[in-house]
Amino acid sequence: MLQQLFFLIVVRPLILIVLGLNVRHRDRLPAQGPAILVSNHNSHLDTLVLMTLFPNRFLPILRPVAARDYFFRNRLLAWFALNIIRIIPLERQIADRTQDPLAGCTDALRNGDILILFPEGSRGDPEEMGTFKTGIAHLAKRHPDVPITPVFLHGLGKALPKGEALLVPFFCDVFVGEPLRWNGNKGAFMAMLEHTVTLLAEEGYRPTWE
Amino acid sequence: MFSHLHPPVLYGFGGIVGVLVFASTIVLILKRQHPEKSYVELSQRINSWWIMVGIFSIAILLSRTTSIIFFAFVSFLALKEYFSLIPTRRADRRVLFWAYAAIPIQYYWVHLEWYGMFIIFIPVFLFLFLPMRMVIIGETKDFLRAAGTLHWGLMVMVFSISHAAFFLVLSEEQNPVAGGAGLVLYLIFLTQFNDVAQYVWGKLTGRLKIIPKVSPNKTWEGFLGGLATTTTLAATLAPHLTPLSLPESLCAGVLIGCSGFIGDVTMSALKRDIGVKDSGGLLPGHGGILDRIDSLTFTAPLFFHYIYYLHY
Repeated sequence: MLQQLFFLIVVRPLILIVLGLNVRHRDRLPAQGPAILVSNHNSHLDTLVLMTLFPNRFLPILRPVAARDYFFRNRLLAWFALNIIRIIPLERQIADRTQDPLAGCTDALRNGDILILFPEGSRGDPEEMGTFKTGIAHLAKRHPDVPITPVFLHGLGKALPKGEALLVPFFCDVFVGEPLRWNGNKGAFMAMLEHTVTLLAEEGYRPTWE
Repeated sequence: MFSHLHPPVLYGFGGIVGVLVFASTIVLILKRQHPEKSYVELSQRINSWWIMVGIFSIAILLSRTTSIIFFAFVSFLALKEYFSLIPTRRADRRVLFWAYAAIPIQYYWVHLEWYGMFIIFIPVFLFLFLPMRMVIIGETKDFLRAAGTLHWGLMVMVFSISHAAFFLVLSEEQNPVAGGAGLVLYLIFLTQFNDVAQYVWGKLTGRLKIIPKVSPNKTWEGFLGGLATTTTLAATLAPHLTPLSLPESLCAGVLIGCSGFIGDVTMSALKRDIGVKDSGGLLPGHGGILDRIDSLTFTAPLFFHYIYYLHY
């Protein structure tokens, strides 16, 4: 309820009016769960933008995967992350080998949820793509039937880069790729995923920003 | 209801809706007669027109304030599209923020009917303030390019467009037939009509290229045909919406036809420089908002000062 209101009153006006999205191939988005959305990561806004691509009735099944150490720094942020964004907290440093870091993701997929995942791990330098971490490959291997939809985002790192609190409006590109599936090999899967996102990136024109 | 508007303005909106109904009907007939052809772009274009006319009409019909807010919002969308299109510097994020902040302030001067401030705020104060802000940040690489492009954007997207809004606060006495809203309607309708007329004339009869290096689809026939049509319409509509005499309205038609064309090709030059075909994807069938208001960025200030000099 609180989440629905927050998206209706704050997030959608912010994303659609203050920023403005230029979405290509919206029809490639998953129509139902379980599914995984994978994207490059430049800004806190990325998660919100990916969530607003779906109508409000999808909110209960949208689950962004986010670093536990970052979002559980203080109680207010933790409450917000868990109740409004409804993240699946991910442990980035595993001390105990017997623990399964992807257990939360697996449970959610079994529930029919749509996961939102950023394989770069953190937001990194604005508007530059880092290397993808292989957690997504493990997840794909474990759930070979779940479609993995790659998305390329551009402009959000200009609007609100890491370490900045002032939002400056820019139109943002959202290019959705064809869904991928586990292809039997970790290295080949990661290469396919990165290649797809790179191809998506090349679809659009991007002015220099330095 | 609509007590802030004169009857001719309401008839004007009725007429625009009539034109759109006519256009939609034509497309329907074309689709029936040639089911093998694709009219996707034409349909999208007209649907976008319906939405634009709808929002514009509601804004004007509601009140003077909503009309001013409408133009402020157009400026915001245009400036955002421009900043998203051009190369910008990471160091200038805060400068861009001030450029955006200038929009509500500029339109607030309009609301206050403070002509003196309205006319110098961006060309003088912002022109000096933004470079100062950039100097404080201290990044000197590409400084001149950044200062130049930022100010060009503010002048075209905010200063120019705000002239359309200033019509709304001009004294009603000088235009007893239709007031400020009548002048806005006259300007906007003729500007957009001129775009369509030049396009249609060009499609039907165009042969001689007028400015091939910038815009290969623009022809002399399109330009002159559009100009003649617009000027005729300008003279026909003037007695109902403006204080212009017949010779004055003929000149207004020529002014809007010519400056609309120049605005159009100026934005084409910008897009060609950057290497894009459309300025954005906001208006399906048209492109971005800059593709739609390119002519208006030239016609609004020129027609405003023409009327202002003659009658106010």
